[in-house]
Amino acid sequence: MVTKQIGKPQNRVDGRDKVTGRARYAAEFSATDLAYGVVVSSAIAKGKIKEMDTSEALRVEGVLDIFTSENRPKLASYDSSFQDEDAPPGSPFRPLFNRDILFNMQPIALVVAETYELARYAASLVKVEYETEEHVTNFEAERTNAYEPEEYKSTPPPDPWGKPETALKEAEHRISEVYSHPSQHHNPMEMHASTAIWEGDGRITVYDKIQGVLNSQEYIMGVFGLAKEDVRVLSPFVGGAFGSGLRPQYQLFMAVMATLELKRSVRVVLTRPQMFSFGHRPKTVQQLSLGASADGTLEAVVHHAFAETSRFEDYSEDVIIWPGVLYKCENVKLSHKLVGLDVYTPLDMRAPGGTTGIFALECAIDELSYKVGMDPVEFRLKNYSVKDQNVNKPFSSKELQECYRQGAELFGWKNRNPQPRSMREGHNLIGWGVANGAWEATQKPSGAKAVLTKEGKLTVSSATADIGTGTYTIMSQIAAECMGLPIENVEFKLGDSSLPQSPLEGGSWTASTVGSAVKLVCEKLGEKLLELAQESDDSPFKEVSIEEVEFTDGQMRLKEDTSVAIPLTQLLKENQKDSVQVEAESKPADEQENYSPYSHSVVFVEVNVDEDLGTIKVTRVVSAVAGGRILNPKTAWSQILGGVVWGIGMALEEYSVMDHQYGRFINHDLAEYHVPVNADVHDVEVIFVDEEDQIVNPLGVKGLGEIGIVSVAPAIANAVYHATGKRVRDLPITLDKVM
Amino acid sequence: MQEKALSPTVSTERITLTINGTSQQVEVEVWTSLLDLLREHLDLTGTKKGCDHGQCGACTILLDGKRINSCLTLAVMHDGAELTTIEGLAQDGELHPVQQAFIDHDAFQCGYCTPGQICSTIGLINEGKAKTLDDIRDLMSGNICRCGAYTNIVKVLQEAIERNQNL
Ligand code: FES
Ligand code: FES
Repeated sequence: MVTKQIGKPQNRVDGRDKVTGRARYAAEFSATDLAYGVVVSSAIAKGKIKEMDTSEALRVEGVLDIFTSENRPKLASYDSSFQDEDAPPGSPFRPLFNRDILFNMQPIALVVAETYELARYAASLVKVEYETEEHVTNFEAERTNAYEPEEYKSTPPPDPWGKPETALKEAEHRISEVYSHPSQHHNPMEMHASTAIWEGDGRITVYDKIQGVLNSQEYIMGVFGLAKEDVRVLSPFVGGAFGSGLRPQYQLFMAVMATLELKRSVRVVLTRPQMFSFGHRPKTVQQLSLGASADGTLEAVVHHAFAETSRFEDYSEDVIIWPGVLYKCENVKLSHKLVGLDVYTPLDMRAPGGTTGIFALECAIDELSYKVGMDPVEFRLKNYSVKDQNVNKPFSSKELQECYRQGAELFGWKNRNPQPRSMREGHNLIGWGVANGAWEATQKPSGAKAVLTKEGKLTVSSATADIGTGTYTIMSQIAAECMGLPIENVEFKLGDSSLPQSPLEGGSWTASTVGSAVKLVCEKLGEKLLELAQESDDSPFKEVSIEEVEFTDGQMRLKEDTSVAIPLTQLLKENQKDSVQVEAESKPADEQENYSPYSHSVVFVEVNVDEDLGTIKVTRVVSAVAGGRILNPKTAWSQILGGVVWGIGMALEEYSVMDHQYGRFINHDLAEYHVPVNADVHDVEVIFVDEEDQIVNPLGVKGLGEIGIVSVAPAIANAVYHATGKRVRDLPITLDKVM
Repeated sequence: MQEKALSPTVSTERITLTINGTSQQVEVEVWTSLLDLLREHLDLTGTKKGCDHGQCGACTILLDGKRINSCLTLAVMHDGAELTTIEGLAQDGELHPVQQAFIDHDAFQCGYCTPGQICSTIGLINEGKAKTLDDIRDLMSGNICRCGAYTNIVKVLQEAIERNQNL
């Protein structure tokens, strides 16, 4: 492929809309006669609503209606109607279904009024009496009842291999420790919102904050019994999501219900505290035992994970597959159990499972390297894996060694004194840490459509999303590249349920999945254009095959003799075509089955720990990534940078504190739930090593949404150890833990 | 249904605001925040709501040239004020240099915090307080970017400050 567009640090094509305020998000579409809905949240974690008194609220002038479990419209009742594309096994939460309370801050009523202020005021007048039952939110207390789910949402734990117990016992060096992190919340800057627009005749258009409009559309059809043609879902811009928008959240249900009932457009926006009421990274506790021989060969891994779920769905994520992916080891045993609590079901949050499992594994590996007395980098390279032992398949590509080489050089790793507490500057202890990680590089089936007009404008579309990831931009680049057009002539459309099918935007598979569909549809367009040219008998393209032509500079031309060329605009005009349109569906190639596709990364971190105050500053980060072909180094850099910032948050700050007395996340706002701010982020360098992969998908891309975060928190924890001599195995690493 | 009796005692005031250079009179209920006035009543949705509690900076606008959190103040308190929102920065289709720099440095991803970051950046340049890298980071820490574009946002400011110093 000639690359004029792919690989170019193209500015975001939606950049202008975003810096001028023209980009509209779900809560920002206007409609005539728009009404506002405010959600009332449950004050208890478990029990029943005994009595709800809405009379006072209803008497407020301007209040249109209040929906509760008592007066809600008829809804579907089967679990399957509420199950969405990302639903874990179990029985999904059904808003306003009955009087049962399953978790704290459960939505129990929707107040709809003429203005937002009125709805908010009236919501404060709704009085609720509960029949309280005892809730269990204490993970530690409930851990004795941990269970293996009948069905895993994640990969079921692979069977053990080798003789893990014996190998562990006989190993020269051993560590056995417990690693944990608390629940964490996504907190995208845009709060979840839906604007449902009443179109008349039972038809609605919904602007929803979602990572896949088709998921919302299906949900609405299932729950409210609407026909596909009566509901269109749009989501052109999403103000961050990180997984929070994978499942349709309850504001969608509320807005749609009220719109259908009132036959009037309704907007529902959640509050920041309500952003803590529908899914989070589950608290996870991991027991890891590792054994190594005297020469530093990893002999045994025993990894048990315990992770939080709700009482109604068995949520699980890929926590324990990482030893089999990252290290060569003959004796491995893995298990993954769930701890059911009276909370809402956890929800995929940036690199779900990977962030968790790699944190524990990479801290444990670091500890073991010290026991063996080897440099942490050297120890990891000694136990480097060339195949994925979970499934016993080779990697489609793995340039992790190159990541180590380039990363270590840029960071200056060779100047490290291995001794903990050996490096300092004034009252700051300096620590250098390292960790590596991986993330699956999946391709899924996807559709795409391409329309070329006689003016030479190309529009390519697919019902995918851009949650800040750069989808608009990279898809435009791929299409421009394939058709040989300037990027200004290309428009990519997404976030509309009327567009060709595409999976949820998540799991780092969008670049590969939708990108492959865009490439395929452009190839088909090329074929169609050639056929068009061949319709006239005197065409110089008459006898040529598609392999013999290329599209470049707005022309179709012969590769052999580039003087034989026709501008695409002329081609359409000569054939009296206003436009040419094609659709395509791409699927992963069968060959992929024989390989295990992963992206990889190494992260080097420097921390400064104030010896007197225990404050930790991440002063330097070098993230070296093997992520296949990089479509756009500029947006790719941002993806990895975002992952680094998330890793800093996870390692040092993020902690949704459960108050067991109320069974509620008590720090549910941005003042108390800390995420990194500008002052928390210092030098960050990103390296993309060259990695060619012909197997992973037709573009050779691997996706970058998650690989940037996975290695960061363990690298920070390892650096904190190197600085202070203290192993903190329970995140976040706050100053009290290092003092 | 019972008679509608319960009306909150919320009065409506008429105020004059100059928004993005245009003076206009608006009727505003006294309980409406400046942010909601912009977003819900004037369809100026470029200014974002990320918390409604002064904790995130998404709602930052320029009030008489100074950056403020528009969610933390009632509209009625600003009779006669001059506001600049993200919609008012570009002149005749030409982006403000800070807007262009945000694009060039890829200083955003989802774009939701961006109007607030841009207004905050311009506000900070106006203040003239940021001299060092650490100053920039500290003084921009009221604007959260969950996508984590901080490093690139800082580049915009470094460049702008250098430019100003070279004047
Ligand atoms: S919305 Fe005003 S500070 Fe968050
Ligand atoms: S760009 Fe998404 S929050 Fe800043």
